[in-house]
Amino acid sequence: MVLFVRLRLLPGDPANALLGVGATEQQIAAARAQVGSDQPLYVQFVSFIGNLARLDLGTSFVSRASVLGEIGSRMSVTLPLTFFGFVVALVLAIPLGILAAVRSNKWYGAAISVISQLGIAIPVFWVGILLVTLFSINLRWLPSGGFPLKGWANFGEAITGMILPSLTIGLVMGASLLRYVRAATLDVLGSDFLRTARALGASFPEALIRHGVRNGAVPVISILGIELASTFLGAVVIERVFSLPGLGSMLLLAIQQRDYPNVQGVLFISTLLVLLIGFAADIAQRLIDPRLRSRGRAFA
Amino acid sequence: MSTATMTAPTEKKSHSLALKAGLLLVGIHIFMGLLTLVWLPYDPTAMAGGRLEGPSLLHLLGTDRLGRDLFTQMMIGSRIALIVGIGAVAIGAVIGVTLGLLAAFASKWLDDALAATLDILIAFPTLLIAMLVVAASDTANLWSAIIALGIALSAIVARLTRILAKRVLVMDYITAARTSGSSWPKIVAIHILPNIWPTLSVNFALQFGLAVIAEASLSYLGLGAPPPNASWGRILQEAQGTVYTAPLGAIAPGIALVSLAIGVNLLADGLRDTIDPTRRAR
Repeated sequence: MVLFVRLRLLPGDPANALLGVGATEQQIAAARAQVGSDQPLYVQFVSFIGNLARLDLGTSFVSRASVLGEIGSRMSVTLPLTFFGFVVALVLAIPLGILAAVRSNKWYGAAISVISQLGIAIPVFWVGILLVTLFSINLRWLPSGGFPLKGWANFGEAITGMILPSLTIGLVMGASLLRYVRAATLDVLGSDFLRTARALGASFPEALIRHGVRNGAVPVISILGIELASTFLGAVVIERVFSLPGLGSMLLLAIQQRDYPNVQGVLFISTLLVLLIGFAADIAQRLIDPRLRSRGRAFA
Repeated sequence: MSTATMTAPTEKKSHSLALKAGLLLVGIHIFMGLLTLVWLPYDPTAMAGGRLEGPSLLHLLGTDRLGRDLFTQMMIGSRIALIVGIGAVAIGAVIGVTLGLLAAFASKWLDDALAATLDILIAFPTLLIAMLVVAASDTANLWSAIIALGIALSAIVARLTRILAKRVLVMDYITAARTSGSSWPKIVAIHILPNIWPTLSVNFALQFGLAVIAEASLSYLGLGAPPPNASWGRILQEAQGTVYTAPLGAIAPGIALVSLAIGVNLLADGLRDTIDPTRRAR
């Protein structure tokens, strides 16, 4: 609903976007009837909500294709991209974050912390451009962008097309995640329960794995949820760097063409996903930490 | 800020180091930005040399594919980044602080509704909200980008303000002020704003960095200010095609962006440690 209001508040009639400059009055009126922007706002709103309930996201103003169908085919690029990026981030952030905390007095522990500071300051598209420069232009190992027209049917090409974008997302996301892993580990290291476990005779790694991971994971998971959601939504920029036909490039094109059904569709689906991810993170936290279960909502 | 001098010597050293490094990095950009107002090496729109020339004494960073001097463009980029950062944070602060204070004072029901809306808005990256606002304005220009980013940032500011203000509102001195007959606007001006200001201002510095990067992303996507404005994002986007022959064009704007963003983050860290006495112990 918020989406609907926000989009309709935008100036500019989508009918104008359908036609070129210099269209006649009749053409404009006909185009308006076709996209429905001649109807009063409440009529548009009621039909929008009605269709939403039936999961009918309408058809694109520009291409006349079904919005849901196009989202579906674009998802086959964006979802794997987000997933691989997420995996890279986890693989990087968790071991390095713990290492940075446990060895914070050694030079490499400190170095990891400093490098992770870069994560919040580096624009993700610049990392992408640098990786392209290195791996596609100088080393010629991987393609600089693009995705096979046949999609995943052309598996080999699809996978090689995914490596650099996923790596880009993973590096940037991993760097910011690392800071939270490090902070959570430091909290655990200073805790009484770890000292008790050590006093009861557990070795340091043993105590860290048995007691530390579970305690440290709770705050990290809530950050994970937020990061995953924003990676999914932030795919817009990455898809542009690597010219991938994903959800982000669909949104960008739809915004430029004032193709409301497409913009609405993408936003609706992504809002749904963001809420789902938040919900999943909430559940995961409760599974890990029994103390949260009795307390009701995890985040107030 | 003079209270910082009372901390232990070792603490003070590391704090002032972050603060100094931050000041230096940001200072370079401010100097460049101000310099563009009175002097530029070349006309930014004119062909100053051959196409895609390498760096030389005449062109410190070489030229772009239209033969324009890259260093000149980078200097203008500093100015644009600063204008965007300051403008967006100012707009975000005005909207955000007002909304946050309203939410803190509002009835339970209204407060819950506002808080839930803010949470949903924050779940969306700044960039995405800004894209939608830019799409709304028919002509893309620098101001539409600034306003868009300001609106996107305001949700974060509003949430923070709400939490901070609520924490102050339960204090005894607020009740005392109320009983002695102060009006709410007066309490906001005398008690609440001065109390939440230190934390807010640190947050504004962080948002400044966010805004600069988001503007570069917008320009990179072609939704930022149109050509005469040499934003770093646009320079990067133009240079991406020629990265093999002229790598500097794709590297220099990135370094500029990162240095400004790290500069403000360091500044924020240094400020936080100076302002907030509870963090000094660490």
